[in-house]
Formats: sequence, structure tokens, C-alpha cells
Amino acid sequence: MKTPAIDMKGVWFSYDKTPILKDVTLTLKQGDFLAILGPNGGGKTTLLKLLLGLLKPDRGVIKVLGESPHDAKYRVGYLPQNTDFNTTFPISVMDVAIMGRLSRYRIGKPYSRDDRSQVESALKQAGIWDYRHAPIGSLSGGQRQRVFIARALATDPEILFLDEPTASVDPDFEMGLFELLRELNRKVTIVIITHDVGVISRNVKSVACVNRTLIFHEEGKITPEMLDMAYHCPVDLIAHGIPHRVLPTHTEE
Amino acid sequence: MWEALQLDFMRNALLAGVLVSISCGIIGSLVVVNRIVFISGGIAHAAFGGIGLAFFLGFSPFLGAALFAFGVSMIMGVVSFKARHRSDTIIGVLWAIGMAVGVILIDLTPGYHVDLMSYLFGSILTVPTSDLWMMVILNAAILLTVVIFYKEFIAMSYDEEFAFVVGIPVRPLYFALLGMTALSVVMTIQVVGLILVIALLTIPPYIAENFTRSLGQMMAVASILGVCFTLAGLGLSYAYDLTSGATIILVAGVGFFVFQMIGLLKRKGGRHL
Repeated sequence: MKTPAIDMKGVWFSYDKTPILKDVTLTLKQGDFLAILGPNGGGKTTLLKLLLGLLKPDRGVIKVLGESPHDAKYRVGYLPQNTDFNTTFPISVMDVAIMGRLSRYRIGKPYSRDDRSQVESALKQAGIWDYRHAPIGSLSGGQRQRVFIARALATDPEILFLDEPTASVDPDFEMGLFELLRELNRKVTIVIITHDVGVISRNVKSVACVNRTLIFHEEGKITPEMLDMAYHCPVDLIAHGIPHRVLPTHTEE
Repeated sequence: MWEALQLDFMRNALLAGVLVSISCGIIGSLVVVNRIVFISGGIAHAAFGGIGLAFFLGFSPFLGAALFAFGVSMIMGVVSFKARHRSDTIIGVLWAIGMAVGVILIDLTPGYHVDLMSYLFGSILTVPTSDLWMMVILNAAILLTVVIFYKEFIAMSYDEEFAFVVGIPVRPLYFALLGMTALSVVMTIQVVGLILVIALLTIPPYIAENFTRSLGQMMAVASILGVCFTLAGLGLSYAYDLTSGATIILVAGVGFFVFQMIGLLKRKGGRHL
């Protein structure tokens, strides 16, 4: 059997004694396409940061591709949630995206022609190649998000982590992005954090819901208890393009 | 003006000004984009403790300041790396303690009392040739380090979290930056004094940031601006018999406001178009 892409066992994490994640256990096989749902502040981004090695768990074991998150670093790609930082920094779109080619094995060596061609195709896939010479601060929020998506693609990862990739892009690009992700998913394991329930049912293979604890559904179904945990409110679901109500409407009082 | 250049001390002053402007342009750019201006101010002032220590023990104040500043920069690195946004109090405390230690040690040094003013406001007109060589070596070391690790420094400065995720040794790079900042600060103390270091370290990069498209360009433009400010300030101070360090900083300050005004007018003009 192949090494699981992600293997978390009994993971606990807290910020200043406030528990954020309690006893999270999750095994994700390679080649999966996982969506993580959950309310704001429920611990989705924290979970991602634990998997990236940016945070260390209080208790429990985390393995990414069979290694500790620290050792698996060069095998993962990452799109942060917030891309609106350092907008006065003197840097071009190309120079941001090419950061995806960095790794600890190539410290002190200049970027190669191969790196540049990888970044070129990543920028083209993200539809932002025409802006390659523009300063990053001159782009709109949606355009900037495309640049960061290109940077994540340029890492040529085994696992791709995307934190709210559709937060500020237009609907057209959103469809294109998921098409691209499905294509990538033939080789790459994808983990995506999103609010967009519609997106999930059309594209992903499995779903997890995080709100302090984690519920995992390997079939990609969103169960009523997940939604209840995530939102404490019934939601309309759109499954396979056909809108249908899966939960009773709540009555206004 | 030309007769001034015949004088040895004037030639040394010019060379010192150019060398310091280059290191300030390179390191200052990194300081500005990494938002560690306050830390570099702390390092500059705490370096005074090293000057006091050098007088007390009887060795070179340049060396004393360099060792002390380097030590303090490493402490500030430890303090600030974990909690970037909550370290300002501790930096402020180190800033003040360093200065106090320097003053007390000079008090305790028996006999001849040194002219504190030259360390507070610089002594560009008395830079010995041996110090110039020191500056050349330090400049070369800084330039080499930044060239070799250029793409890693960009990654750390622009997006530290991503740099960490892809396996860049962010912590050693951050400490290297602080160490180089300490050495640049000590060189700059010679020219404009420890109180005015911050201006030469931050004004040229700040102006350069507005019209450059890469960190490398920003460093180059900042270095050139620094050279212009230093040489103009030195000329004015010679012509009107003013304190050189303060004149250099005032020229830089005028440059700062002129560029701010130009930027403001441009933005206004742009809106009408």
C-alpha cells in the first residue's frame, strides 16, 4: 500500500491555552482531492499550518507523505489565504511566481532556464502571463491571487494545499481553476479550504469538516451532521449541478 | 572646493561617505522592506555601550562598537524572531540600557574624557585610512552575502511564511541580516553619528522603493542617492562651516520631502487625467 498523503493521529493544538483543534485524526490517501469545510475560526487554517510545519502540535503525530511536515516541505505547494500583503514591495509578478522554484537544496544558486519555463507555464495556466512584468502592487486582488496560484503550481508539488483559492477571483476563473485542479489531481494530491459548498460537490473526492474537531467523509458527501457542526444552520446543497434541498428549511419565528 | 580635495582628511571623508552610502543602500533596503527600522535604531544606540567599554578597557572604539552592536543585534534577533510585533518594548529597553552603560563606563574611565559628541554626531573628517580599509572589507562581505543569497533574501523579505514552507532557512537568514545591519550601523556611526544613523539607513531606500521594480534596483538606487546626499552634505558643511553629520542628514531630509511632494503631485495629476 502506498504511503498516505496525510496521516494525523490524535492531534491537539491550542493558542495561549485556547484549544483550536481537539483530537484530530485523518488519513488521506495519495491522489485524493480533499475539501476542508468549516466556520471561520473553526481551525481550518490552523490545520493547514500544522500540515505545512508552520505550527507544531501540542500532542499527536502528523506525517505528510510519510515524513514529518518539516522534512516533507520541498514536496508540497501552498497558496496562502491572504495575498494582500506587502503591496509596496518592489517585485514583479514573475519574481513572485518564481519563488515557487525555491528549495533548500538550491540555496545560493541562481534560477535556471528550466525554472523559468516552469514558471512560464504556471503563469499561463493561471492566466496571468500577460502581466508578468507588472509590479505586484499594481494588480487587483483577483489578479494577485492568480499570481499566488501560479507560484503554488510552479513548485511542482506532490501535495498542493490551497487556502480559499476562490476568495477574490471572478466566477469564470473559478471554473477554469477547478478544471485545472481536476487535471492536476491525476498526479497530485490536493487539499483545499473553502467556504463554497457548491464547488465541493462538483469537484472533490472527499470532504472534511473542521470545527475544533474533525469529521471526515471519504466519499465526498457532505453529511447533515457536518453542516450542522460547521454552520449550525441548514444550507441548500447543489449536488452534481442539480439544486435540491437536502435539509429541512428552518422556519422564521 | 577643489582645494578641499587636496586635503588628506577631506579625501578620506569623501571615500568614507561613498563606502557607507553603499552599505546603507544595500542593508537599508533590506531593513526597510523587512520593517526592522526600530531594531536597527536600537542596535545603533546600544552600540554606544561598546564604545564606552572600549574606552574603559583601552581598546579601539570602532572594534568595541562593532562587537557590542553585533552582540546586541543577536539578542534582538532572538527576542524579535518569535514575536515580531510584540518585541518593541524589549528593543526599546536594550536601546536605552546600551547607551546608559556607555555613559557610565566613560564616567568610570580615569583621566582624559573623550569627546562624546563625535560618536553621537559623527566624525567623518577624522576617519583614518585604516578605518577606510575596514570599511572596504565590510562592504565587500555584505555585498557578497547579499549577492549569493539574493533570491532567498527576497523570499524571506516578501513572504516569510512561504519561504519557510519551501525550506528556506529563514532564521539563519534573519540573523545574518541583523548581523550585517549591526556592521553597517557601526560604519555609519563614523560618518553621521549614532543618533543620525537611522536617517541614512532608511531615507535613501524609502525614496528608492517608490520607483524601482526589484529589490536589487532598490538597493542600487538607494546607494546612489546615499552617495549624492553624503557628498552634497559634506560640500555644504565645508562651505558654510557646519557639523558634517547633521548637514548630510538635513540634505537627505530635504530629498525625502521633495520626493514625497513629487509623489503627491503625481498622484493628484494622475487623478485628473
